[in-house]
Amino acid sequence: MIIKKGFLVLLLAVFVVMFANFLGNYTPSTDPGKLANFYLAEDSIEKLGSANVVTAIVVTYRGLDTLGEVSVLFLVASILGFFLTGTKRKEDEVVHAPSELLKTASGILVPLTFLFGAYVFINGHLTPGGGFQGGAIIASGSLLAMLANPFGHFKHTIISVVESLSGVTYVLLGGLGMVLAAGFLDNNILLPIGKVGNLFSAGAIPLIYSLVGLKVGTELSAMLIKLRDTGVEQ
Amino acid sequence: MDSLTIVTIIIGVIMTLSAIMAVYHSDTATAIIAAGMVSLMASLLYVFLAAPDVAMTEAAIGSGLSTIIFFYALSKVRGGKKDDH
Repeated sequence: MIIKKGFLVLLLAVFVVMFANFLGNYTPSTDPGKLANFYLAEDSIEKLGSANVVTAIVVTYRGLDTLGEVSVLFLVASILGFFLTGTKRKEDEVVHAPSELLKTASGILVPLTFLFGAYVFINGHLTPGGGFQGGAIIASGSLLAMLANPFGHFKHTIISVVESLSGVTYVLLGGLGMVLAAGFLDNNILLPIGKVGNLFSAGAIPLIYSLVGLKVGTELSAMLIKLRDTGVEQ
Repeated sequence: MDSLTIVTIIIGVIMTLSAIMAVYHSDTATAIIAAGMVSLMASLLYVFLAAPDVAMTEAAIGSGLSTIIFFYALSKVRGGKKDDH
């Protein structure tokens, strides 16, 4: 026991020395680095037509990484679905009934939350936020709906159809970039680049981010619904 | 010190205290709330550091959805009943 505690203290001391060293030698860098400079170059905004440079980097230059993130999320949702299919929830299992306040407020707030989520991912190329953020906001909207009516029924077919279709269309749009433009997930396909700052600009970026938003939103909602509908292990 | 540094230090102290509380508190529900607090403060810090994209993700997923998922898991594990310590 004492050896274990002593070892922990020693480990902590090593970390303190290490981080104190980092902090002492820290000077803020003024140059973002070679790769970042390439992404942030003056012509990159004009070339991609995206007012939000972060979105331009995430969807086009680093589009493959975004596809990887979406696949990781899909994998997690699948594994959760695999483990949570055992027991069905009984009708009398819920302990807390929702309050009148929550029920009334959710009627107004849930549609507004969905609308805000859609706004965030449709305007991903103009304002901060994008597919993942908008999808998470949509999922919190469906969470609010679930808290307001614990026995409310969600149409599982619609959710899985939207999820699968948006995922497949995302990959197909990426493939179109290989045929029509410079490479996989290039944004310069069929759609015009347009004027920077307009809603219909930046080529395929708004389209791709809307698909990502729909996929993430339905996926997270499906995960929450599965968590709610699974019964307690006896 | 400029005001940004002071605000950053205050947020950092709150984050550290919440993290310690999340680990050591005996009531699991309080610990989950404290863990959500860490994420909320982190997202505030991202806003001050001019990274609104990251802040939105952190606020929605870190402090919103994951807290609720923890609560769902907690209710499933306990079966709606309280543990007797």
